[in-house]
Amino acid sequence: MAYDKFNILTSSAVPLPIENVDTDQIIPARFLKATERKGFGDNLFRDWRYNSDDTPKEQFVLNNPIYSGKILVGGKNFGSGSSREHAAWAVYDYGFRCVVSSFFADIFRGNCLNIGVLPVQVSPEFLDKIFKAIEADPKTELEINLPEQKITILATGESESFDINDYKKGNMLNGFDDIDYLLNIQKDIEKYAENTPL
Amino acid sequence: MSKTLFDKVWDSHVVKHIENGPDVLFIDRHLVHEVTSPVAFLGLKNRGIKVLYPERTFATADHNTPTRNQHLPVKDPLSANQLRALEENANAHNIPYWGLGHKKNGIVHVIGPENGITVPGATIVCGDSHTSTHGAFGAIAFGIGTSEVEMVLSTQCIMQPKPKSLRINVNGELSEAVTPKDVALFIISKLSTSGATGYFAEYAGDVFKNMSMEGRMTVCNLSIEMGARGGMIAPDETTFEYIKGREYTPKGKDWDAAMEYWSTLYSDDDAEFDKEVTFDASEIEPMITFGTNPGMGIGISKDIPLAESIDGSPATYKKSLEYMDYNEGEAMVGKPIDFVFLGSCTNGRIEDFRAFASIIKGRKKADNVTAWLVPGSHKVEEAIKEEGILDILTEAGFELREPGCSACLAMNDDKIPAGKYAVSTSNRNFEGRQGPGARTLLASPLVAAAAAVTGKVTDPRELMQEEVLA
Repeated sequence: MAYDKFNILTSSAVPLPIENVDTDQIIPARFLKATERKGFGDNLFRDWRYNSDDTPKEQFVLNNPIYSGKILVGGKNFGSGSSREHAAWAVYDYGFRCVVSSFFADIFRGNCLNIGVLPVQVSPEFLDKIFKAIEADPKTELEINLPEQKITILATGESESFDINDYKKGNMLNGFDDIDYLLNIQKDIEKYAENTPL
Repeated sequence: MSKTLFDKVWDSHVVKHIENGPDVLFIDRHLVHEVTSPVAFLGLKNRGIKVLYPERTFATADHNTPTRNQHLPVKDPLSANQLRALEENANAHNIPYWGLGHKKNGIVHVIGPENGITVPGATIVCGDSHTSTHGAFGAIAFGIGTSEVEMVLSTQCIMQPKPKSLRINVNGELSEAVTPKDVALFIISKLSTSGATGYFAEYAGDVFKNMSMEGRMTVCNLSIEMGARGGMIAPDETTFEYIKGREYTPKGKDWDAAMEYWSTLYSDDDAEFDKEVTFDASEIEPMITFGTNPGMGIGISKDIPLAESIDGSPATYKKSLEYMDYNEGEAMVGKPIDFVFLGSCTNGRIEDFRAFASIIKGRKKADNVTAWLVPGSHKVEEAIKEEGILDILTEAGFELREPGCSACLAMNDDKIPAGKYAVSTSNRNFEGRQGPGARTLLASPLVAAAAAVTGKVTDPRELMQEEVLA
């Protein structure tokens, strides 16, 4: 599915300084019953965000009006667990376009890249600096510069570069998805398949 | 150049390599279930294209299905809608569909091997992270997201950078009551839930060589819980004997040709791995988890570790213990429990039911325990009946349910209530995984059985000792 192009994103960020945030927290399994990609943002972090009677848990960061923005900053090993792309959809649908962490689980990272959410992996030290900057000023802005592969804390000017392979970078910059690419090489695929028994 | 088992299978499936980008990888077999596929089929519809190779695609209903009264219409309208969508999509694209009530129905990772869809040297994907299970056969198998499901449906390929290689050796002999589940939980407790992220694992050494196919499936199933995309074991006589004659495995001349290929599937002696770890089997005892990720496991006789002794953030660790309502330094043995769940793609096969039955035979279910025993497939269910295991279960006060994923992820009605403790043979103890507020203790079928008859966390070796004395 096509998504908006990603170039330079400047935004305040929402901090979630917890390690091993798993996909069951990002979106619990009972909200995976849809047959269309709609409304997953409402259930992002459902059980951390709401009580069992659906009233908001005030202490949870998404319910705290002083934090907002298009960037989610999480602790180490973000997105571990299931392959459910619904987790990435929920992050996107809520309004985040970028997740920053010092380490991402593999499938979650891939899912994000496939739907237009940019995973930015930074060093543990830089992650700590980001958390401190947000703590000092919840409205502090981060700049995510995809063409230069650079993340900057605008208030302090501190920055770090991040990795992304050229192919995925091109896709994000242009809003392309992998299926467009694969459909273009279908002849090669069919030729391969002819020589591959079931 | 010498190659690892993983290299051999991966390299032979690369249709195209993109410089400083992913490989285009051809997928031999694609397993589809109701939860992660509807949006992918919708994508095909929007593009106006059909499934490219329906004969390489297999669909079943498992995640969202009830485990009682499967002959009746599914009550939950959202679940029913998702099941209906899968059936319609399968029919529209000529994909074999083994829905509720079909004799081949069951958990996707149980029925793949059962029916011979899973073979050595194949690439197998499914929109489910426990697809790693199929690596037990020497296949490259891993879970994918829905965008990738759409890619495989439409082009039979996905685009993935080649992962790094990791070899995990476990040598020596396992002690009494130590099962494949314990081996896996032990490895994850050593490597942590992110220790193998970015790697594809190969399991090697005496322990895996001597393990049954079902045990190997349990181990490979849990590869994702240490962050690895998947794990695999070189195929051998045990593998070939297991798959021979199953419905979708090659026959006659095709079998001979396949055997020729399969017999080349091992890591060359001088193959290099990016990382290698080795453990001694005698170090492993029956395991149990005490926290909210599968890396938080200990030998059942041990105490809950102190926050200061663990790697990682003490705040996260304490949050986890708070959720469980446990304290640092407490013993696990003797902790009261409320539920027992035997089943899932990790431990829902016949050997798991045999192990469970071996402990409960001649004993009774504890009054304070609610037990959900859920076979991985109808074939497992049949075997439970044929082997007389159902009689043992019934005699001890247990009920057998119908196949499905059930309380492993609690998408259906099988939800552990908030605050309750469940000893579970499944794969994840995340907060709320088995129901909002539920507390999960991951363990083997033997540990689950010991808990089911005593009503508390119990070392199964004690009960086995009693049997010997009796």
